[in-house]
Amino acid sequence: MPAPTPEPEQGTDPEASSSLGRVVLDVAAVNRALTRIAHEVLERNRGAQDVVLLGIPTRGVPLAHRVAARIAEVEDVVVPVGALDVTMYRDDLRMRPARALLPTDIPPGGIDGRTVVLVDDVLYSGRTIRAALDAMNDVGRPAAVQLAVLVDRGHRELPIRADFVGKNLPTSTHEKVAVRLSELDDEAEGVTIR
Amino acid sequence: MTDHLIVNATLPGGEVADLVLRDGVIASLGAETAAPRDGVALETHDARGLIALPGLVDLHTHLREPGREDAETVETGTAAAARGGFTAVHAMANTDPVADTAGVVEQVWRLGTEAGHCDVQPVGAVTVGLGGERLAELGAMADSAARVRVFSDDGKCVADPALMRRALEYVRAFDGVVAQHAQEPRLTEGAQMNEGELSGRLGLQGWPAVAEEAIIARDCLLAAHVGSRLHVCHVSTAGSVEIVRWAKQKGWDVTAEACPHHLLLTDELAATYDPTYKVNPPLRSAEDVAALRAGLADGTIDVVATDHAPHPHEDKDCEWPAAAFGMTGLETALSVVQATMVDTGMLDWAGVAERMSAAPARIGRLGGHGRPLAVGEPANITLYDPSAVRTVDETRTASLSRNTPYRGMELPGRVVATFLRGRPTVLDGELV
Amino acid sequence: MRRHLLSAADLSRDDAELVLATAQELRSLADRPIKKLPALRGRTVVNLFFEDSTRTRISFEAAAKRLSADVINFAAKGSSVSKGESLKDTALTLEAMGADAVVCRHWASGAPHRLATAGWSRSCVVNAGDGTHEHPTQALLDAFTLQRHLGTSSGGLDGRRVAIVGDVLHSRVARSNALLLRTLGAEVTLVAPPTLLPYGVESWGVETSYDLDAVLPKTDAVMMLRVQRERMNASYFPTVREYSRRYGLDGRRMAKLAEHAIVMHPGPMVRGMEITADVADSDRSVIVEQVTNGVAVRMAVLYLLLGGSEPAIAGVPEAGGAR
Repeated sequence: MPAPTPEPEQGTDPEASSSLGRVVLDVAAVNRALTRIAHEVLERNRGAQDVVLLGIPTRGVPLAHRVAARIAEVEDVVVPVGALDVTMYRDDLRMRPARALLPTDIPPGGIDGRTVVLVDDVLYSGRTIRAALDAMNDVGRPAAVQLAVLVDRGHRELPIRADFVGKNLPTSTHEKVAVRLSELDDEAEGVTIR
Repeated sequence: MTDHLIVNATLPGGEVADLVLRDGVIASLGAETAAPRDGVALETHDARGLIALPGLVDLHTHLREPGREDAETVETGTAAAARGGFTAVHAMANTDPVADTAGVVEQVWRLGTEAGHCDVQPVGAVTVGLGGERLAELGAMADSAARVRVFSDDGKCVADPALMRRALEYVRAFDGVVAQHAQEPRLTEGAQMNEGELSGRLGLQGWPAVAEEAIIARDCLLAAHVGSRLHVCHVSTAGSVEIVRWAKQKGWDVTAEACPHHLLLTDELAATYDPTYKVNPPLRSAEDVAALRAGLADGTIDVVATDHAPHPHEDKDCEWPAAAFGMTGLETALSVVQATMVDTGMLDWAGVAERMSAAPARIGRLGGHGRPLAVGEPANITLYDPSAVRTVDETRTASLSRNTPYRGMELPGRVVATFLRGRPTVLDGELV
Repeated sequence: MRRHLLSAADLSRDDAELVLATAQELRSLADRPIKKLPALRGRTVVNLFFEDSTRTRISFEAAAKRLSADVINFAAKGSSVSKGESLKDTALTLEAMGADAVVCRHWASGAPHRLATAGWSRSCVVNAGDGTHEHPTQALLDAFTLQRHLGTSSGGLDGRRVAIVGDVLHSRVARSNALLLRTLGAEVTLVAPPTLLPYGVESWGVETSYDLDAVLPKTDAVMMLRVQRERMNASYFPTVREYSRRYGLDGRRMAKLAEHAIVMHPGPMVRGMEITADVADSDRSVIVEQVTNGVAVRMAVLYLLLGGSEPAIAGVPEAGGAR
């Protein structure tokens, strides 16, 4: 039996990478979006003093690192970056074969009393973020939680909204949104829709 | 009493003949048709395409009565025997109480007579209570109404060499034979399956071939030394065949039997951990199976004996090491012999008649069985359809137990009818 | 459906690596304030122990509880001598109670296999040690421990040399380790007196040796097996003293190991028999760590078998078929 592959965020589909589809964000646009998110995080929190960035694997993690790097460029402050796997907290865990776990990596300072910015690539139903809030509950008690996503494609199924959005992308439910990042993917970086 | 006319039966030698069974004997044999006698009904049986064999004789059957009537009774065991084409079975002595006195063997013998499905010839225990320490009253059993001639502690080995020597000597007084369950006890303590590559992997304690072969070699030498008859039960290894072949070449009076399951199945089945395949001696390797077949073909092994060993469900529906040893076999023996020996061209039907009727009757000194199909001989006849094919269904058995290892297997052949001294015990495959 | 872990042979390399990778993630749980994950909430795991083994039972219990499963401990009496409680009846009881998984320790080789294939129960069965057959989760935790200390850049154990020393004949740990470590690419050498090597061990695809001193300098890890004193009475070896002298690991022998090599023991140890106290307590020894890793590995196994709609690892052929 082959190992189960990591579950991508709903709405993304790595299979589509060969037949690319329509490009909605190219590499330059992705970079601009992340730069803007970094600035917004700084503005909203009046600096980055207590901020911790937690990426949701897989693609949220490199995005979190990129945002942290931009914050460092602007403010000259090192923001702790970590990863938070939500697999075991997913509400559809029992509906599919058991999935491989992805790394969870909480920065040494922890999250108690900090402002945690969750970072993910695509916000869709909101269920992943709900799972992330539960997962975080078992790790510590942040002072506040904010959400940054590269793409918000709508169709929320839970009362969840993002604080920082790279691009709002109106989609229909049968469309697939794919995010490719140079850290993880062979294909050209960018966001496509198909 | 009804007379029976069997028409167009194929005799073991291949010729087609009609047989008239009258007054318990074969009254005529040939192409002429018999006219009914006055006042006696004549039943005709069409045996076109069927082999007529002298009624089969099993040298090794466990009927379990007295003591384990939950596993089998004389009534059910002999019914299974008749359905398997047998007209006589030797009932092993490891009952409770053990058949080690004239009283017990006569009881078993009488139960067999009352059941009437086939003759039951009790086997007497060699030692008191199968304890391996003192000789049982062998002479009393020989002189009893049961006329015991085969003595065996089967299930246990007569391991003490001095005791074995005395037993071999003692039974000469009444033309008896000791049938040895060859298993060196110290080499097989806790043994669960054939010792081989698989037992090591499965973590099941091994039953090494040498534990059988060492006893057979010793007993052959002992029998030669004292000039006695020896019969070796359920030979299971290539080495054992080799030793028996050597003893026969020396001219010693040694006979041997092989069981159907050892002719067909291998120890690979233990990998299922299904205790249906747990038997003593254990299923061996494919090389052993090949050697047994060759030994049976060339006469080194004289007899096919079933070692029919019924067990209640709960003694098999458990963990392997906790399960009982043994398999049922009476109703499948002839089919397995066909599959392994006849269909492979290693034995013809005359050979089957010799191995499954004449030789076991001779070894057991059963005068009325194992006789050739000839005028004036006892009308013990098995009609067998070698062209039939059946899938073994463990629920369709006359035995009380269902521990057949052939469950779900497709086997050739079917016993159509069995006649015991001219009286049908089975017709159209069903008990009469 | 494949749903049991009965033998280390049930695990393909991908399966084994998935278990180890999952265990790696779960191990960090021990450092968190809340040592609990919700993955098996509402699932019932029964620890069915027909043989005393407090440490294995506790390890499985901790693993199941950290995954939020409900745990029922069922210690059944019965030994190879007195047949005792019927495995079948127990299985039917557990089935009626709605057990999702049965972790089975049994004195009889193959008992978990029967539990899984005899049609008594639909539960997922995890072999927690059966007779002298196998103990696959012990092998997984040993592999996990080896990987942490000796893993190649790819995380595998390719080319790593592991010596398993002692009563291989009666050891379920040795059988499972020989199978699993080979699957993961390690080279295994079984070291024992000839009496304590199984018949047919040549077919296992591992090296064997009667000479511990010759093996030690070439090995990356040495795994000492428990040797029961009673074996002496059955003439497997003449005396405890002779056994220890030829096959025991003491400080002098340990000095022959390479700098990086580690010492393992599945426990419980017989100090002074197969291992001396100074070796067991030395910094080469990872024996205590093995115990810690055991919980993470068993969590991984339970999660992968029970966490989803169907198991992600392992399995056996359908009942009745010979392998």
